[in-house]
Amino acid sequence: MTMASVGKIARRTFLIGAAAIAGGVAVGYYYYRKPYPNPLEGDLAAGEATFNPYVKIGADNTITIVAPRAEMGQGISTTLAAMVAEELDVGLDRIKVEHGPASYAYYNATILEEGGPFAFFDESMTAQAMRAGMGVVGKLLAFQATGGSTSTRDGFDEMRQAGAAARQMLVAAAAQRLGIAAAELETADGRVLHKASGKSVTYGAVAAAAAAMAPPADIRLKDKADWKLLGKPQKRIDMLAKVTGAPIFGIDVTLPDMLYGTVKMSPRFWAKPVKADLSKAEKMPGVIRIVPIETNYGHGFGIVAENTWAAFKAAEAIDAEWADPEYPLDSAAISDVLKQALGTKGSEMRDDGDVDTAFADAPRERIVEADYAVPYLAHATMEPMNATARLKDGILDIWCGNQAPTLVRQLCANAVGIEQDKVSVHTTFMGGGFGRRVEVDYALCAALMAQETAGRPIKVVWTREEDMRHDAYRPASVGKFQARLGDDGMPVAIDMAIASPSMIASTLRRLFPSISPLGPDKSIVDGAHNQPYTIPNYRVTGAAAPVSIPVGSWRSVGSSINGFFHEGFLDEIAVAGKTDPVELRKKLMAAYPAAVKVVEKVAEMAKWGEALPAGKAKGMAFTLSFGSWVGEVVQVADTPAGLLIEKVWIAADVGTALDPGIIEAQLISAAIYGLSAAMGQEITFADGMVEQSNFHDYDAMRIFQCPAFEVAILENFHKMGGVGEVGTPPAAPALANAIFALTGKRIRTLPLSKEVAFA
Amino acid sequence: MRLTVDGQSFDIDADPEMPLLWALRDLMGKTGPKFGCGIAACGACTVHVDGQPVRSCSLPVGQVTGVVTTIESIGSDGKLHPVQQAWLEEQVAQCGYCQAGQIMSAVALLDEVADPTDADIDNAMGGNLCRCGTYPKIRAAIKRAAVLKTAGI
Repeated sequence: MTMASVGKIARRTFLIGAAAIAGGVAVGYYYYRKPYPNPLEGDLAAGEATFNPYVKIGADNTITIVAPRAEMGQGISTTLAAMVAEELDVGLDRIKVEHGPASYAYYNATILEEGGPFAFFDESMTAQAMRAGMGVVGKLLAFQATGGSTSTRDGFDEMRQAGAAARQMLVAAAAQRLGIAAAELETADGRVLHKASGKSVTYGAVAAAAAAMAPPADIRLKDKADWKLLGKPQKRIDMLAKVTGAPIFGIDVTLPDMLYGTVKMSPRFWAKPVKADLSKAEKMPGVIRIVPIETNYGHGFGIVAENTWAAFKAAEAIDAEWADPEYPLDSAAISDVLKQALGTKGSEMRDDGDVDTAFADAPRERIVEADYAVPYLAHATMEPMNATARLKDGILDIWCGNQAPTLVRQLCANAVGIEQDKVSVHTTFMGGGFGRRVEVDYALCAALMAQETAGRPIKVVWTREEDMRHDAYRPASVGKFQARLGDDGMPVAIDMAIASPSMIASTLRRLFPSISPLGPDKSIVDGAHNQPYTIPNYRVTGAAAPVSIPVGSWRSVGSSINGFFHEGFLDEIAVAGKTDPVELRKKLMAAYPAAVKVVEKVAEMAKWGEALPAGKAKGMAFTLSFGSWVGEVVQVADTPAGLLIEKVWIAADVGTALDPGIIEAQLISAAIYGLSAAMGQEITFADGMVEQSNFHDYDAMRIFQCPAFEVAILENFHKMGGVGEVGTPPAAPALANAIFALTGKRIRTLPLSKEVAFA
Repeated sequence: MRLTVDGQSFDIDADPEMPLLWALRDLMGKTGPKFGCGIAACGACTVHVDGQPVRSCSLPVGQVTGVVTTIESIGSDGKLHPVQQAWLEEQVAQCGYCQAGQIMSAVALLDEVADPTDADIDNAMGGNLCRCGTYPKIRAAIKRAAVLKTAGI
């Protein structure tokens, strides 16, 4: 079967529906069953042999490992390479790591698993069956994708097996070459050796013969106790390039005869230009032409120029009027739509006990009520959106950082009207992703502009302003919460109603407008309905609010919203019931020992309960997200310069910690990402347009605001959890709870800077 | 227009209003300095002009009179600069996009203050944004670099 027909079948299957797709998803260990061709086979260097989609070995013993997930800073290329290298018995210092081509062979199956309505800890038959099938999110991201903190979990078995299979084949080939039984041979540092005789061969010397052998039917993996690389901090494979300014990012792509460009898209989403005067911009020095751009992301213009600066200047000079938006004009009106949606009947994503009855006879003094709200947020990756494209002789090449190369390939092929097998996606490192590069708008713009350059490549770089104003934002959300306390101060009933624009519906509109979303959007309540607390009457309801401003995945997705809602409200319950917030959580999560241990650990690290000097206070929060159990304590101090976040303690149970150094860095990174947003970020609207434009009005935490961190990584739970996003959800509520402890002011609307001044 | 960048002389034909950053990246092939904001708010584009850190995204190339140094030439004789070495040892970078600018600001700081305090670091590095939140490691690496540099490593 050729790649082209695989592509067509996969695309058709995708459109037919879940049942057909599930058949493809169930296929996991393709390197010996081979449902997909090995995409490396067509592109080998002289003397190079490939064993499976993850391993290439040259005759000169150059060992190349393919880590087919996008490196956006989370260290995934290092950890995935370590999985293969561990079983292949080579150190990370003697391998090359490549991202590899866009291919269905690099399917991410795990990203689908948690798409269903079940909590991570739910291991019932129904929940497990659902994980084997798929939800709406899975349908969307079923292709090669990086997201959902899934890469290590998805790669853990198959990448180790890829390394082990290659090693076994190399040993078998060496056994033939040396005339020694395979059982007597060992491997180390890229060689097969026979200790007794001192004979050895390099992997490279037998690679061609080994790769021609049948893959082993029985693949033996190392015991965890024998790991040399996994479980230990590794030096990142990308660090040298990143301290020397090497050209590794999409924005650094430089090709012979390359043109430069930028875009000016409608500042009102989906609106078309009513009239536009391009004459001034077209005459500016260095401008080659200005072309209309129409994609499912919206309408606007592309500027083709001789350099980026000329393109930027011309974009500014375009005089256009845009149609009215299809959504409410400003933030106040948008907020009204969200509040109206709260009054509609949402989907009950959790409904334990009988909430209505529990509240029916509740005395007023036993009721806690609160209204919460969070704003839209931009991703604001350090590297503004960009892509480079060349369309020549019917072949499209695209260079860009992206989180879903097969999606880039498919949608760009559609956009320029060619078959997918005529498109090559070259995935670069990303200057930050955080969910922004799951989108493909930057690639579509470059592909369309490449139709206008007579075969010359064009690098299309967005201004920061364009990037800030054309994101797929973290949706705004509102919540109305109620609790009934028992005589002991513990909650007897909790009722949480949450309303937010649907991320799934919005994403489908951009990527696959012909598909209608099915069923409720779990992301509206994710992080609230699936937490490991036992409360007799416990209801969480999500309603989709009809606001069509584009929204998408923002680091930790729904949990970034609902972690704040749920944990802020739980803190209010603790205060109202005169219970210590740590003790309250420990009691409610008693049925989940992994959660209890996390909370105990973070409390112990932070010396929770010990008195602090005047002017200092602590707050805590806990969120289970992406399969990891995370507790955070934040300490704040009142200083003459403003409120200072002094210290943050994090305890996280990730099940199996594959690289403690990278995990610690990710937990801190994700907490800072969450704190940055909680402190001061919001995207607001006026006249149908985003008001913020750059880092002066959408800033993030700076070094002088950065607290000290102390991190503990636990491995108590029996399933591996994700790492890249899980530190974000507890950060905002822990900070807000600390501010309450310090000031007595309960802040239920983010960002906190509306109520307090930070140092 | 003639410019000296990383010890090399360049003759470029540029609008004098073009920011130094775009002249470096598009006209001189120097992609080490990064574009982040265009308004001197994030520091990703930091280079040195006569040893002083500047935000090249907001400095018109026509106004550049001194010698320009980018991340690409701070090492010497195939050796990393002590700041780069410290960054490597502390495993600072995540996405890495801001790090060229962070490193150039840190190099300038250590040229000025051999043994910077936390307050010195806060002052010198406050203009360099990092969305991955590598600040704790940046702080540690600057302190390590100070030791390496003083020791002549």
